[in-house]
Amino acid sequence: MSDLNRTPLFALNAELGGKMVGFAGWEMPVQFAPGVMKEHLHCRAACGLFDVSHMGQVLLHGAGAAEALEALVPVDIIGLKPGRQRYALFTNDEGGILDDLMVANYGDRLMVVVNAANAEADIAHLKRHIEGVEVVENRALIALQGPKAEAVLASAIEDFPARFMDIAEVESAFGDLWISRSGYTGEDGFEVSVPANRAEDFARKLLAHEACEPIGLGARDSLRLEAGLCLHGQDIDATTTPVEAALTWALSKARKPGGARAGGYPGAAVIEAQLADGPARLRVGLAPEGRAPMRAGVELFSGDDPAGTITSGAFSPCLERPISMGYVSAALASPGTALEAELRGRRQPLQTATLPFIPANFKR
Amino acid sequence: MKFTEDHEWLRPEDDLLVVGITEHASSQLGDVVFVELPEPETQVAKGDEIVVIESVKAASDIAAPVEGEIVAVNEKLMENPAMVNEDPLGEAWFFKIKPTDMSEYEAYMDEDAYQDLVG
Repeated sequence: MSDLNRTPLFALNAELGGKMVGFAGWEMPVQFAPGVMKEHLHCRAACGLFDVSHMGQVLLHGAGAAEALEALVPVDIIGLKPGRQRYALFTNDEGGILDDLMVANYGDRLMVVVNAANAEADIAHLKRHIEGVEVVENRALIALQGPKAEAVLASAIEDFPARFMDIAEVESAFGDLWISRSGYTGEDGFEVSVPANRAEDFARKLLAHEACEPIGLGARDSLRLEAGLCLHGQDIDATTTPVEAALTWALSKARKPGGARAGGYPGAAVIEAQLADGPARLRVGLAPEGRAPMRAGVELFSGDDPAGTITSGAFSPCLERPISMGYVSAALASPGTALEAELRGRRQPLQTATLPFIPANFKR
Repeated sequence: MKFTEDHEWLRPEDDLLVVGITEHASSQLGDVVFVELPEPETQVAKGDEIVVIESVKAASDIAAPVEGEIVAVNEKLMENPAMVNEDPLGEAWFFKIKPTDMSEYEAYMDEDAYQDLVG
């Protein structure tokens, strides 16, 4: 695994017993000693610490940055107030999703956090369209997630953002921290950008709190699936539009037809047509009957007719039953629709279900 | 007791073999959440994939280690798949098979050879 990148927390992850795997070019812990199931439940009950330093951190400088970024996403960036963060999507000319990202307004700069697997392409995309793109090097990104996340963070630093999707720059004993109150689990929590040379001390301080345990990528995936959140490259990609992906909520009012700055992003015509006419397929939750998980790639049927495909599936540690999501024909998307999945050559029943599977626990 | 390269253990019980997976396999799989077992009284060939184990990570198969007839399956595993992690060498046996030719059993590794394999 010598050609894989290592995060500033690599040594700590290994010391903590992390089982390392290659992920998007990085050597990351997929699980620690307790295993995916216990890590998952611990995060929902208390607080999990995730090394997410593999994700791309990018700063956008200059007066025109918000306007330039707005031209790449169907989201209101100009109206994003200092101290706030918003979910956004890079679209292509067909309305497909190149990546999903978080955009934060730090007053004198915007910060963008993108998926590790797409970071190189995203940075090239940003540099083609925006001046003043600075790729952040020498910083780790640490996520704290769970109902005790605030108590854990408060044991290490004094100031932090108060509400979901607030952000703050905080001077601390661990250097200059860039903190957002957000995450990828459906729980309250934070993502903290910390100088690389202080990251291990900071993580050790957080882990010293009795409620805080390290969590690997395995549980990160089952947590986000319970929360109904998409993984780019799996549930959304360059061939799925935000409307098909049931991410219409992420399209800002100002950028939708009738809004103050409607359109003006790649693929706007396709997306606007789907908003008006409805998409042919939709991303939905799927609840398999029985205990067998139904994972990505499993084909769905309604009677003899193809109905769609599963894009993510796992066994839900909280619900103690399998959960999946995927795309189905729009006519079959209403919750409770009975379908069949072809699993190991046999048809197995499942139903469409409302997302998320586990209600969000954000601090509003 | 003997072991296969696919991390199954085989324990003779009268003229039957009891089959399960090793601790090494169980820890590699992670938390087991679902087990699908073969029908009793079915005839299987060596190498037939007759058990599906789903863990939190992925699905894997267990192959029949010998030709023979499935005599019994451990239905407790369907109710409580976590037994595969808790007691892989004991309570969490998968099936009992009556080999057509018991000498197929003798060809498998002993414990020392298996421990060398998994290091």
